[in-house]
Amino acid sequence: MNPLGEKYLRKPFLPFLFCPGCGDGMIVQAFLQAVDDLGIRDDLAMTAGIGCSAWIAVYIHADVLKVLHGRAIPAAIGLKATRPSRKVVVFTGDGDCLAIGGNHLLHAARRNIDMTVVMVNNQIYAMTGGQVAPSTGVGSRTQTTPYGNLEKPLDGCKIAVAAGATMVSRWSTAHIKQLGRTFKKALNHKGFSFIEVLSQCPVQTGRYILGSGSPQFNLQWLKESCVAVKDPSQWGEIEAQGKIPVGDLLQIEKPEFIEEVQKMNRKVKEAQAQGGDR
Amino acid sequence: MKKGRIKVMLGNEACAEAALLAGCRFFAGYPITPATEILEVMSRRLPLVDGLCLQMEDEIAAVVSIVGASWGGTKAMTATSGPGFCLMQEGIGLAVAVEAPCVIVNVQRGGPASGQSTSTAQGDFYQARYGSNGDYSLIVLCPSTAQEMFDQTIRAFNLSERFRTPVILLSDEVVGHIREKVFIPDADQLTFVERKRPKVPMEEFIPFQADADGVPPMPDFNTGYKIPVISQAKSLNGNRGNAREADENIRRIVSKIEDHMDEFAEVLTYGDEKAETAFVTFGSVCRAARSAVDMGREKGLALRSVEVKTVWPFPDDLVRRALAGAKRIVVAEMNLGMIQREIERVVRRPEIKIELFSKIGGMYPQPQEFLRFLEEKR
Repeated sequence: MNPLGEKYLRKPFLPFLFCPGCGDGMIVQAFLQAVDDLGIRDDLAMTAGIGCSAWIAVYIHADVLKVLHGRAIPAAIGLKATRPSRKVVVFTGDGDCLAIGGNHLLHAARRNIDMTVVMVNNQIYAMTGGQVAPSTGVGSRTQTTPYGNLEKPLDGCKIAVAAGATMVSRWSTAHIKQLGRTFKKALNHKGFSFIEVLSQCPVQTGRYILGSGSPQFNLQWLKESCVAVKDPSQWGEIEAQGKIPVGDLLQIEKPEFIEEVQKMNRKVKEAQAQGGDR
Repeated sequence: MKKGRIKVMLGNEACAEAALLAGCRFFAGYPITPATEILEVMSRRLPLVDGLCLQMEDEIAAVVSIVGASWGGTKAMTATSGPGFCLMQEGIGLAVAVEAPCVIVNVQRGGPASGQSTSTAQGDFYQARYGSNGDYSLIVLCPSTAQEMFDQTIRAFNLSERFRTPVILLSDEVVGHIREKVFIPDADQLTFVERKRPKVPMEEFIPFQADADGVPPMPDFNTGYKIPVISQAKSLNGNRGNAREADENIRRIVSKIEDHMDEFAEVLTYGDEKAETAFVTFGSVCRAARSAVDMGREKGLALRSVEVKTVWPFPDDLVRRALAGAKRIVVAEMNLGMIQREIERVVRRPEIKIELFSKIGGMYPQPQEFLRFLEEKR
């Protein structure tokens, strides 16, 4: 076994429930490399929702709370609020995060609460057998869009930026080195970080949308569709060419929510000690 | 005599006061009439004790965040009313499945849907017990006074910690919004229960292996246990269970509560314990029934009022005992007959007449109406 797996995987839970050729295993490895480099395993508190990518967290031998479909972010808020020194990481999918859990993404980003949300985007509801997702492209045929998808896909990164996230990146499983570096940056970032990982799903997306169930084909498709850019201002240009821009879109510093809460609590307590409550 | 102080306060305020005293340090809620005061008081008071009160984006986020906080090692609570309680149902099932101690307050209002936001009702009696999917059990307490809002909130925290379960405080608008005298004991006069912690060495710890009482010890996150907590039916080590393991898991989370009802089930009788005519009430209706018993006594009528304080799991034996000898049972409730079904199930006999005195639409039953009901239906 890979030494990282030896050190960090919850071995009695193996084998993975991921299908052969799935991108989730690659994401596990990139994430564990970041955790190992930073030495933060004991502080790690992961939450996850429902869907293939939610299981990433369960295989990692650290504290993990896998909750309801779409609700990984509120669970993470409860953990962060009760001990701010935790490194809180949310593993979620495109359906989990952008459809049923979309509201929670908006409000956690708006608060700039310190956590890392890893949204694995395979552009489909894979675990339920290949239904259209909010991230599925127009025209795609899925089990629930048998005549083609009429709905425009949502861009999770842009939503995160608009809602107030202070770090936003997108990579794919064809950019595993860059993804690992971004994980490290996100784990060190004080504030709400959102990382979208485009991931291959040969079994559903591959067979039904892209036309091949071969993992190589699907990974190659990601490689060819994504364009890595350093300058975020080029994202629009890349999109206009029909390609998917990947890279670090945003990293800024803004007051972090829990720290602000603690500051206010101190102020309120001091004021109360002096006889007023405001 | 306990040491403490007396304060005039709203039922909802008494609930918040008790939660703070019980050690609640995380509260998440969403404004909803008639429960909002609990969120308001908590947002004022929690910062003063290094706690955190969050107004979430919806009730789903509220209930799930208290499950997160509970696993984080903190006593946590949320409060809502009917429509919000509907949204919380899946999260309540989550708290059951991951065995997270927490307290959920439902200050009932009229339903269905938006119903009557400022009016009282007791239509969530079954929802409080059966609202989530699958087989499960939990504890539901019903206060009828501001004092009981206080006392039962403390109790709710203690029972949730004792059994690692969500406990629901099923109040209603009358109790939430009544302003009356509440005795607040000093903290050292009260007993507070804390969840069991693992006693075995860390490497021998099996996450969902219960002790003889059916309750597994619970470590906090980030204390070294590296525990997998999933919302699925699970094996003892926390993985997805096979059919046999899932069967055992579900039976255990039900029996850990239902096999220990003696510890917490509570049914009171007010008035003449031998009276042939008995009212059965829960929640705010207990108040009017007590007055009716007193008024009846003045008229020479022997009456008793049986008050069910812990409505779920339904205390069959205690209710049966409290109703022993009754020939005429009048179930009074603010719905179309919910606790009535339980009474019929528990005490149905040919010689006993069970009648329903039901008020809905936000009309609280007046004591005189109880007596009129007895006369008219005779």
